[in-house]
Amino acid sequence: MVPLTWYLILAAGLFCVGAFGALARRNAVGVLMGIELMLNAVNINLVAFWRYTDVSRTTGQMFAIFVIAVAAAEAAVGLALLIAIYRQRNTVNVEELDLMKG
Amino acid sequence: MPETPAIFHLLPILPFLPLAAFVVIVLWAHRSKKLSAGIAIGGIGLSWIISWAIVFSSFRLESFGEHPFRVFRDWLPIGRAWQAFGFALDPLSAAMLFMVPFICLLIFIYAVGYMGVGKPLGLHDERGKPAEPGNVDKLASRFFAYIALFAAGMIGLILADNLIMFLIFWELMGLCSYLLIGFWFARSYDDPKKITPKEAGLKAFLTTRVGDTIMLAGIFLLYAQTNSLSFADIFRPAMLEQLATSTVNLPLLGAVSWATIIGILIFFGAMGKSAQFPLHVWLPDAMEGPTPVSALIHAATMVSAGVYLVIRTFPLMQAVDHGPALQFIAIIGTFTAFFAASIAVTQNDIKKVLAYSTISQLGFMFAALGIGAYMAAIFHLLTHAFFKALLFLGSGSVIHGMEHGHHETAHGHGDAETRGHGEAAVSPHHPGAASSFDPQDMRNMGGLFHKMPRTAWTFLIGGLALSGFPIVTAGFWSKDEILADAWAHGHNIVFVVLAFSALLTAFYTMRQILMTFFGKPRTAAAAHANEHDSIFTWMTIPLMILAVCAVAVGWVGIPTTFPILGNFSTNPLEHYIAGLGEALRIEVAELPFNRVPLATSLIVALGGLLVGWLIYRKVRTPGVNLAQGEQLTAPEQFVDPLERPLGPVYRVLKNKYYFDELYGKVFVKGTQRLANWLYRFDDLWVIDPIVDGVGKVGRRLSEIGQWFDTHVVDAAVNGVGAITGWFGSAVRVIQTGKAQNYLLVALVTVSVLLGAFLLLPK
Repeated sequence: MVPLTWYLILAAGLFCVGAFGALARRNAVGVLMGIELMLNAVNINLVAFWRYTDVSRTTGQMFAIFVIAVAAAEAAVGLALLIAIYRQRNTVNVEELDLMKG
Repeated sequence: MPETPAIFHLLPILPFLPLAAFVVIVLWAHRSKKLSAGIAIGGIGLSWIISWAIVFSSFRLESFGEHPFRVFRDWLPIGRAWQAFGFALDPLSAAMLFMVPFICLLIFIYAVGYMGVGKPLGLHDERGKPAEPGNVDKLASRFFAYIALFAAGMIGLILADNLIMFLIFWELMGLCSYLLIGFWFARSYDDPKKITPKEAGLKAFLTTRVGDTIMLAGIFLLYAQTNSLSFADIFRPAMLEQLATSTVNLPLLGAVSWATIIGILIFFGAMGKSAQFPLHVWLPDAMEGPTPVSALIHAATMVSAGVYLVIRTFPLMQAVDHGPALQFIAIIGTFTAFFAASIAVTQNDIKKVLAYSTISQLGFMFAALGIGAYMAAIFHLLTHAFFKALLFLGSGSVIHGMEHGHHETAHGHGDAETRGHGEAAVSPHHPGAASSFDPQDMRNMGGLFHKMPRTAWTFLIGGLALSGFPIVTAGFWSKDEILADAWAHGHNIVFVVLAFSALLTAFYTMRQILMTFFGKPRTAAAAHANEHDSIFTWMTIPLMILAVCAVAVGWVGIPTTFPILGNFSTNPLEHYIAGLGEALRIEVAELPFNRVPLATSLIVALGGLLVGWLIYRKVRTPGVNLAQGEQLTAPEQFVDPLERPLGPVYRVLKNKYYFDELYGKVFVKGTQRLANWLYRFDDLWVIDPIVDGVGKVGRRLSEIGQWFDTHVVDAAVNGVGAITGWFGSAVRVIQTGKAQNYLLVALVTVSVLLGAFLLLPK
């Protein structure tokens, strides 16, 4: 059986990729995709820990499914926001979106 | 306890009937003067019918005096006890109940005529001034409301079951007295020295207030000593015994029993209300009110409230047998009886004579109470109410007759001049002169007997009753009883002084009758005076009824021991009151017959009348030949026959012993001076400088405070603000508004924290 550590390394790597994407991409769609990656890295962790602990209880899988559902909702809201922003300002470049500035 | 008649349970509504009349008139009916008069008469009339039904049914009761009828309900919590809202009926209050609503009713009826209800409104009349003859008074509705309220006060007072109730109705009457004396509030006189109705009302109110305040102190003391204000409680023998024996040490006087102190203090209230010396000054000036008021309040009923108070609290007064309280009452009463009678001899105002006579007669009653003649005082109170009401109403009728006569000569038909004496007192061409004509001045009258026969005959009967004309009049029987009591109990000084006062009474009554009704008319107004107007119908019917009473009321108290007549008399009044006297341990036994007081009464009454007739039969008016139809141009032309022989004494009497001047100097001026001094003390010397100083110091302090505020407190607050602002502007640069920056910060922070968690030693 593949050791747990490997899964964790995979997940960590995936998380880093996602984090970089979310931080560094100019395109807002790319940022959303980065976030999606980070969420999936978490999912891997959850499922892996489930597999290596008490298999009879499906809590890890349930968590993962929950995260996927929330991620789907988040993506939907995020994309909707993006479309709205694009209609307003004709751009989805996050460098230019600084409305939150105090 | 005998069965009480069912009608007794109507007792509590008696005062509320006139009170309801007052409310209805004031709130709804005042627009119609006729309706207002009708309501007032209806209220008092109903009250009268019920009260007589109650009184007459009480005659049949056995041992009524021992078992008074009481109806009460707890009402006012004071301290640990409840004061009751209650009414009581005993023979004493029943005797008053016989008199008060009846006289009130007659006076109300009289007032319909006097105020001219049913007559047209005068064009030139003003509110608050008497109307021209033949017109209705503009405020007649208000007048009827007031007198109805007054009647409520008096009926409530005689039925009151405790001192609180008594006080409430007492003050109610004080208020009505003030309102009614000042009823013609807008009236003013050319002579600035003559008191106006407004001032007279104020004077009456303030003077009686002096007595009331002292009385209130007495009531407080009584409550402090007995813990009760109910008459039935206070007059229990044990309670009286305790009041009489427990003493208090006063400076100068030594040990005085509580009963004495309280009795004297309460008596002061009676002195104020009943105008006894030295609080008598208000009553003569109260004659500024309309005449029905003078009759109602200042003769028949309200002033007798003071006497009634002393009669009511008599067990307390005599708790100490022949104690200082009774002596004080006797001294004040006797002195006032003489004092006021002597002033009455010289007065020229028809109502003032009667006013002083009232004071004098009230003095008789107090003197009687002071010597323990309880029965005689009650008897005189009753008879006096009837004949004094009669006399006052008669004088009102005379005044109206004079006004009508004056009106005719001044504005009327002009025949006055053609007869050659139009120049007399008034002239149609000088309206200013007309206003100074005084229809109340007896010097302007004379010869009214044939002009106003109904008034004259009834006035004559009232006058004879007042002077105590033997056998036939009520005044004789009651006055005789007082004198007999004084003689029998050995109060020789009281006896002599009262006898002399009675002589003066007969004298000034004869003087008044002669000056008013006999001789030749001294002015055109008197020559044209008449009682033809329809208002005189309203006015003379009560006069006739009262005239009958002024004679007949005496019959209820003829002593059985009186020679011949005594055989026909059962002395019902004495029997009626006797039970109450026994219950309250007051001596009311009938005196054995004695010749001396009877002879004295006969001599003073007849002698006074005779002397009066001899002196005033012919009056001197130098330079004016009345027999030729000439008339006075000014009242001063009338020379009083007493003026020269009495000299300075006459002037002193004429000026009422200068008491008004004395009080004016001492009390009025004194108060003004005190107020002036206090003003200086307050505004110039002490209080205001202190206040100003406090203000200045305060201002200086607040200036310091202001400096501190701006330079310390405000600076601190502003400094905090400035620092926050500076810090904010320093930090705001990290707020880029870019989500990725924030995310990076979060990531770095988490990483650092994680690193610290992992690397730092546990």
